Amino acid sequence: MTSNKSTFNRRSFLKASLLSGGGMMLSVSWLSSAKAADKLQELNVPEQWAQLNGYIQITADNKVKLICPNPEFGQNVMTSLPMIVAEELDVDWKAVAVDMGPHDNVKLGPQFTGGSNSVRMYWKPLREAGAAARQMLREAAAQTWSVPVEEVTTKAGVLSHASGKSAKYGEMASKAATLPVPKGMKLKSPKDFSIVRKSKKNVEGQKIVTGKPLFGLDYRAEGMLIAMIQHPPAFGMKLKSFDASQTLKMPGIKEVFSLKLYEDGFEQGGFDTRTFNELLVVVGKTTWEVMNARKKLKVEWEPMGDTKDTMQGRGGKREVTVPGEMESTTAQLEKMAEWAKKPAQQLRKDGDPETAFKNAAQIIERTYNAPFLAHNCMEPMNFFAHVTAEKALVAGPLQAPGWAEPTLSKLLNLPADKIEIQMTRMGGGFGRRAYSQYMYEAALISKHAKAPIKLIYTREDDMTYGIYRPMYTATYRAALDANKNLIGFHVKGGGIPEHAIHANRFPAGAVENYLAEGWEIPSNITIGAFRAPRSNFNAAAEQSFLDEVAEAMGKDPIEFRLDLLKRAKEAPVGKNNEYDADRYAGVLTLVRDKSAWNKPGNEKYHRGVAAYFCHNSYAAHVVDMVTRDGVPYVERVFSAMDCGIVINPDAATNMVQGAVVDGIGNAFYGALTHKNGAAEQSNFHNYRMIRHNEAPKKIEVHFVQNDLDPTGLGEPPFPPVFGAVANALYKTTGKRQYNQPFKTDPGKRI
Amino acid sequence: MATYNLKVNGKTRRVEVDPATPVLWVLRDHLDLPGTKYGCGIAQCGACKVHLDGVAVPSCQLPVSAVGNQAITTIEGLSATGNHPVQKAWLEHDVAQCGYCQAGQIMSAASLLKSNPKPTDADIDAAMSGNICRCGTYLRIKEAIKSAAKEGTSSSTRK
Repeated sequence: MTSNKSTFNRRSFLKASLLSGGGMMLSVSWLSSAKAADKLQELNVPEQWAQLNGYIQITADNKVKLICPNPEFGQNVMTSLPMIVAEELDVDWKAVAVDMGPHDNVKLGPQFTGGSNSVRMYWKPLREAGAAARQMLREAAAQTWSVPVEEVTTKAGVLSHASGKSAKYGEMASKAATLPVPKGMKLKSPKDFSIVRKSKKNVEGQKIVTGKPLFGLDYRAEGMLIAMIQHPPAFGMKLKSFDASQTLKMPGIKEVFSLKLYEDGFEQGGFDTRTFNELLVVVGKTTWEVMNARKKLKVEWEPMGDTKDTMQGRGGKREVTVPGEMESTTAQLEKMAEWAKKPAQQLRKDGDPETAFKNAAQIIERTYNAPFLAHNCMEPMNFFAHVTAEKALVAGPLQAPGWAEPTLSKLLNLPADKIEIQMTRMGGGFGRRAYSQYMYEAALISKHAKAPIKLIYTREDDMTYGIYRPMYTATYRAALDANKNLIGFHVKGGGIPEHAIHANRFPAGAVENYLAEGWEIPSNITIGAFRAPRSNFNAAAEQSFLDEVAEAMGKDPIEFRLDLLKRAKEAPVGKNNEYDADRYAGVLTLVRDKSAWNKPGNEKYHRGVAAYFCHNSYAAHVVDMVTRDGVPYVERVFSAMDCGIVINPDAATNMVQGAVVDGIGNAFYGALTHKNGAAEQSNFHNYRMIRHNEAPKKIEVHFVQNDLDPTGLGEPPFPPVFGAVANALYKTTGKRQYNQPFKTDPGKRI
Repeated sequence: MATYNLKVNGKTRRVEVDPATPVLWVLRDHLDLPGTKYGCGIAQCGACKVHLDGVAVPSCQLPVSAVGNQAITTIEGLSATGNHPVQKAWLEHDVAQCGYCQAGQIMSAASLLKSNPKPTDADIDAAMSGNICRCGTYLRIKEAIKSAAKEGTSSSTRK
């Protein structure tokens, strides 16, 4: 590639020290270079933004604009990330404006929204950016006033000196931007925080409630056409031939054509999932016209047969065979049960689990299954693209512009610096928009149609076009000795097309004899990250199983877990245990106390508990269930979280409450099944989503208070909801839940 | 194709479209009012709710030919400056996460409060259950509706 914005420029300022810091860089192309100084002199107009660095812009009339580097999909980073900058910069939050940044990995860092990483990755760089900018402003004031820099203080965007001199940041901004960028800034102590840890409203709240065009689907451009893809009716099929004559007679229709997403042998990046490679495209003037005309296509489909993908990602270049079979859920379940009996890959082994199970007085063995899940972002996939021979502009909702750009560059045969990616607010993401094939499709369609186009997936396209949460199974076994001590633990997990096992997570490290194994069945049904990938199954299965083991041992489920965690802390078994046993125990004791677990006053509720560690944060829930008209409902939830310092408490609470509701919905209803390769659910009439009347009446969220560096919150609260709901259902109905979605009363629940 | 003079947010807007075109797409593609959202197209999710003479209806299933003289109000026209009690309550409770469904939720809530200024929890559940939020903001929506009810809603549509 001739030029790639995605590759961090090794000559850019401050890169060396920070690149070494765990792959993270300060990600600021500080405008202290000669070129930037020239540029500022050229401008020489006070109204212009004096750009101090990639995240901070201060005008001469003291307006502070902070740039959010990461795409926003409801995790509220457009508010929380700028709060971090503002804290160290020392500005009045009320005077701060926030903009979503352009895609620019040099100036703005990784710009990846996913893995609950935004706050965790940007915490230190954003603080350093704010602190360095503040220091440069102080230095500028010191030089202007001829006083020592140590004597220049700041307060809420104002620089002062004991002599009585004072200036607003804006007055010093242009000068400050020409000064050398300081290194090794001393950052604030958490006790001095005045913005972080104080709830701030969503900076886009007003735009959201007044219906401003924020989302990809709202994007418009002069001369823009609408495009839709007709994809095959089933996984395992491909386009054979088509007759578009009726479609082309419909009003507003410009063109119908087919094109290939990836040419044969194309090296796909790790996130370049493609479901169907040959695209049948209808292009027209308006959405409704294209939607209708597409129905008039006469298409012949044929079996695609086994195909090969060439992947170039982590682990180097490799060929992957995609089976051509048209799969059905019932057959998949049978196949998984068969494979579960076969030898599998050992993922971790501690002690001598074989002997432990041989000598056990009691063995508990349970198998858990879970279906594919559709992401069902409320905004269906869509993307705008305007591609010409010289350059490309693409705009829309995506989580990982930096991952998509190299592939787009190859597909369009354009250098990366000729590609502009604009990130719109996303109507949900949940992992789905980390897979940018809809952006590639839009770009290729625009190139072919020689017009600016917006590709729109209908809800049906969105739900049946793949990239699901994988289908999972796991068999758990616990060995108890004659005194009901847990002496062995075994998990063997499988999935289509990947298993969910995190071998180094709890209870690994807490049991003397431990074995984890995994196996995988290839499939043409495409999968991708879904809110807390893998964990969203494990926390359901493992936490249900532990509940059952605790019961068999005659122990309280919370005390049982705390005993194991004590062992993991005091004498950890094995190596590479991923979790901090103290913090894990911390959320359990917090939720125990806040929910008054085992205390009188909660007799009307059937209570279930679960906890989980994933994505660097810790979560525990107590779910209180009641029965109304014979149907179990979650009435109340107590949640305890440890994600270190909480940047924006009210927004964090909102995120946890949302994850609880989402978890309950997916636990009760989530399922995407197939028959002969065709998805059996296509829209919200047959893919049930949790609704207002099914949400708990109360979700009380508590955070462990500590000064640890913050970790993420988008995913961690989600997985243990499944386990807590399963355990509460057991108390309510007397039946354990082994299969998702939890069918408690098929007559009444869908 | 046929010509319609629609009353939208207090103005008469002329459009020439196929009579079967849903109001959703007339608003979004022809009248540059993208606040009304597409979510499912089959009246299951509520993202496309608008007011028809003050009552919330899914616009994705409402053919433009069926509108006639009825007044359409969209999220853009709910209030002049975003100061409808429901909008204010949404901000007070910082309801939104991704925000995509919220225009539809707000239109349903405003319609509810117009016909039932003091709704019970059950009334809110009944009126709002046609609106899906994948982010799961239902608790805050309920609280916001209660706040707006307290403040009192004078009118759900702009005169």
